[in-house]
Amino acid sequence: MAYSDKVVDHYENPRNVGTLDKNSGDVGTGLVGAPACGDVMKLQIKVGAGGLIEDAKFKTFGCGSAIASSSLATEWIKGKTLDEAASIRNTEIAQHLSLPPVKIHCSVLAEDAIKAAVADYRAKQPKTSQAAE
Amino acid sequence: MPEGSAIERNDTGYPIYLDYQATTPTDPRVVEAMLPYFTERFGNPHSRNHRYGWEAEDAVETARAQVASIIGADPKEVIFTSGATESNNLALKGVAHFHRDKKRHIVTVVTEHKCVLDSCRYLEEEGFRVTYLPVQQNGLLDLDQLRAAIEDDTVIVSVMAVNNEIGVIQPLAEIGKICRERGTYFHTDAAQAVGKIPLDVNAMNIDLLSISGHKIYGPKGIGALYVRRKPRVRLQPLITGGGQERGLRSGTLPTPLCVGLGEACAIAEREMAGEAARLEALRARFYEQITARLPEVYLNGDTTHRIPGNLNLSFAYVEGEGLMMGIKGLSVSSGSACTSASLEPSYVLRALGVEEEMAHTSLRIGLGRYTTEAEVDAAVEQIAANVSKLRAMSPLWEMVQEGVDLRSIQWAAH
Repeated sequence: MAYSDKVVDHYENPRNVGTLDKNSGDVGTGLVGAPACGDVMKLQIKVGAGGLIEDAKFKTFGCGSAIASSSLATEWIKGKTLDEAASIRNTEIAQHLSLPPVKIHCSVLAEDAIKAAVADYRAKQPKTSQAAE
Repeated sequence: MPEGSAIERNDTGYPIYLDYQATTPTDPRVVEAMLPYFTERFGNPHSRNHRYGWEAEDAVETARAQVASIIGADPKEVIFTSGATESNNLALKGVAHFHRDKKRHIVTVVTEHKCVLDSCRYLEEEGFRVTYLPVQQNGLLDLDQLRAAIEDDTVIVSVMAVNNEIGVIQPLAEIGKICRERGTYFHTDAAQAVGKIPLDVNAMNIDLLSISGHKIYGPKGIGALYVRRKPRVRLQPLITGGGQERGLRSGTLPTPLCVGLGEACAIAEREMAGEAARLEALRARFYEQITARLPEVYLNGDTTHRIPGNLNLSFAYVEGEGLMMGIKGLSVSSGSACTSASLEPSYVLRALGVEEEMAHTSLRIGLGRYTTEAEVDAAVEQIAANVSKLRAMSPLWEMVQEGVDLRSIQWAAH
């Protein structure tokens, strides 16, 4: 299978590989996919005082397109609000990376990973601070 | 893409070829033997009236004898086909169709090549019953299960000699003995076995045996089917016409391809022992180095009942296609779902009881006639470096290092 230049670039120079402290109150973690399906993504966000995502990290078990989708996702969500990040659509990721039809599920997984991380962060916040957002 | 250095690629600038179970290059000695039959000796081997025809016929018959010799058969028992897929189709459908009035049951194995399984499906649609035997964890057939599966109206038992993915060698002589005792034909798809292990159709009681040219350093587009004469195996042809090949396979024989298959068999027969020893040493070198460099590497399939040129390894927590993308200087094959459109991991590995997540992490490494020690060392280096890099970015590897049992997690299938 031929990969697009952008997929190759993200695969060879993945952005933001790593791990944030999942127990920290300002970190949200999303873990999506399944080993049996051949793709697992872990995507984490660190949210700053102003409500902006100030850091994002990922680790992915999967093919090149899955790695590229999650790498791109971390790049895009940095500096965004939680709502902005959660509104990123898999089709934007797939289009940016020129994913072929059999790899669309990789972009779906990346969208799910962002949403899961945002949801995890929100669930950690005390009710009052969430209301103040 | 940056140019690979000399050690990362072979001296032609192509990736190092480690996919000898997919196909092999045609041996230059084979090509040499074939060439005259494209040009000056172009005759139709079935032309009985002139020198062009006689020369071509002599060449085809010499080739037939060379093919017969490597399996201990009589040349009259060998018919040429277009390849092992056709041979397998002809063996199964031909025998089943000829005996359809009396015998309606077939026994085969779940790890067979797709062309055997698909021929069986086809026969099922025609009303035949097919038993698909499971394999043990090492990929080998349980002979007691085979004995139990054979019924009074079993017409044929088809068990491959060597598996194309995991390289395991089935106990052919024992299977042949059981089939003979029970009065059923024994067919074996020997595409991956000819020239790799000694085969003797009489000692092993094999009634039909499929051969492929391009798996044994011969040309693509040619194969053969051994059909026993004593006691005679009756089968109905798939292709009818001029009645060539004892009426079992009509069509003008492709003289250069037949010559190529014959020469490939002759070379393989002469050099098999030495080549096997050389490949075994290379495979041991590969396996020892890779397991010294990386933890959690698992060999799929039996360790000893295995052809020398095959390694099928699972690199836990690293997905196969992702790994293949990194090892650009190597041409190998993966059991990962992502390499096929089906999104299902290898059915062969699944049949061994290899868990789906481990099946996704497998590579098939095929060593062959032109593989060198330097290539093995370079391959180990590339695989080890890439597995390490991908494990460092694998959430599964991280969780296992933290002591998390991956089974304890509620994964969402997608």
